Amino acid sequence: MKLIVAVIRPERLNDVLEALFEADVRGITVSRVEGHGGEYQPMETYRGATVKMELQEKVRLEIGVSESFVERTVQVLLEAARTGAVGDGKVFVLPVDGVYRVRTGERDQLAVTPEPRHGEVRTDAP
Amino acid sequence: MIQAPMPPPLRGDDTAWLLISTALVLLMTPALGFFYGGLVRRKNVLNTMMMSLVALGAVGLTWALIGYSLAFTTGGAWLGGASHALLRDVGLATGPWGAYPQLLHFAYQGAFAIITAALVSGAVVERVRFGSYVWFIAAWSVLVYAPAAHWVWGGGWLSRLGALDFAGGTVVHINAGAAALACAWAVGKRKDYGRQAFLPHNVPYVMLGAALLWFGWFGFNGGSALSAGPVAVLAFVNTLLAPGATLLMWMLLDRWRTGRPTAVGAATGAIVGLVAITPAAGFIAPAHALVLGALAALPSYGVMVWRPRWALDDSLDVFAAHGLGGITGALLTGVFAQQAWHAPTDGLVAGGARLVAIQVLAVAAVFVYSLIGTVVLLKLIGVAVGLRPSEQEEGIGMDIVQHGEEAYNRGEGAVLVLERRPPRGEHSP
Repeated sequence: MKLIVAVIRPERLNDVLEALFEADVRGITVSRVEGHGGEYQPMETYRGATVKMELQEKVRLEIGVSESFVERTVQVLLEAARTGAVGDGKVFVLPVDGVYRVRTGERDQLAVTPEPRHGEVRTDAP
Repeated sequence: MIQAPMPPPLRGDDTAWLLISTALVLLMTPALGFFYGGLVRRKNVLNTMMMSLVALGAVGLTWALIGYSLAFTTGGAWLGGASHALLRDVGLATGPWGAYPQLLHFAYQGAFAIITAALVSGAVVERVRFGSYVWFIAAWSVLVYAPAAHWVWGGGWLSRLGALDFAGGTVVHINAGAAALACAWAVGKRKDYGRQAFLPHNVPYVMLGAALLWFGWFGFNGGSALSAGPVAVLAFVNTLLAPGATLLMWMLLDRWRTGRPTAVGAATGAIVGLVAITPAAGFIAPAHALVLGALAALPSYGVMVWRPRWALDDSLDVFAAHGLGGITGALLTGVFAQQAWHAPTDGLVAGGARLVAIQVLAVAAVFVYSLIGTVVLLKLIGVAVGLRPSEQEEGIGMDIVQHGEEAYNRGEGAVLVLERRPPRGEHSP
């Protein structure tokens, strides 16, 4: 199991969510964060005062996946979140000691995005 | 009606009521900014509010330069003249329109021109270049609004035919509704339209906007009596009753369709009722106003429910609310108008079938003119300066891209720049 943490542009979020859904990646946490990734800083003006915005709005995704889903999830994130300009974000892949599903108490492999077996009708999809 | 007789002597009561009404109608434009602003996503709220607010400047200017003259110089059937351009001969003496200084008539009618242009913005929010939009409403107010106002109110051909429009069902709402369709078509849909739901980011703003619009509408309709007398009272009371009926009907429709009456629905219903009573306000019995209000909910509700399936992205339903609401109101004016309630001619309920036919003609004429005029204008502006920002800028949001401001900024990580002016457009691409 791995925990995939991605920091992306907010305006790419919808495309990323769509792409993840199409790739059968389920179970995701989204938070709005602020950060800095070396991109150009936008200038804004408030009552005549010019201001350089050093922190950008970003979106952080956290996805727990089974080993066989790691590569696929990362590729989907890289493709869907990319604009080609500085500030597109980062994807981190972290090791995970254990995962439990609160509803059932299932643990580890059973508690994260599983591999859909051939012909199986998924019942836990959102 | 065609050539005005001697101007009437000045009356203090009429002047006072019209002064108040003018201020009330002016309030409606920033109120519309709140109504529209609440309905868009948070990254576009300032831009949306600015699209309403800027009309106070842009259209106020064109109205003084030439708009008022084209609309309210009497004589021509199709267009007024240039004799009042730059407010020439519009002064503190009374004019042909009532017992108050003609300058006040200019201001009152200017408030209508301003809000009509602002109404159109709802069709193209979240995706249009601000500069192009300002050029558009400035030109539109002269080339589309002023002629339509002249036809119906300025002694033009529709008023000679006897078309009734008490406070702007055709001139303001059908005109804006048709222009909205043209704008939505010429500008094109938002980049994720049809793929993603666009939710209102601040429903309390929508409620606030609706409340202020209703308040201002008492000046819009009540003031359109152009005197402080019984007709103003009738229009005022009908402006209270009809939207109330529409609001209730809208909630019933919501409850029937989804099981729950919604806040955005109630606010929208009230606006649709206000739109529908506008052409009829000073011509119909209060009991009929209730009927008109209830009926007005049906077509607008139907189209609003269906609209997201449509290829045309009229984002804030300007056509459904103002175009259709205005059409319903204008046609029902032909049904309910009564000389017993100060209408110049009797409608269907009082045995005058001809009025309905005239109303149909007026609706169609203004609708078609506005549709064509708006498309031509937007195509020209599109060629000259372009209409839309890039897809990426649309994703970032119009507030940052067009105005360099954010509505809900936490202010962390902001550094004051004192040395130099920033290069233009230095935002992350």
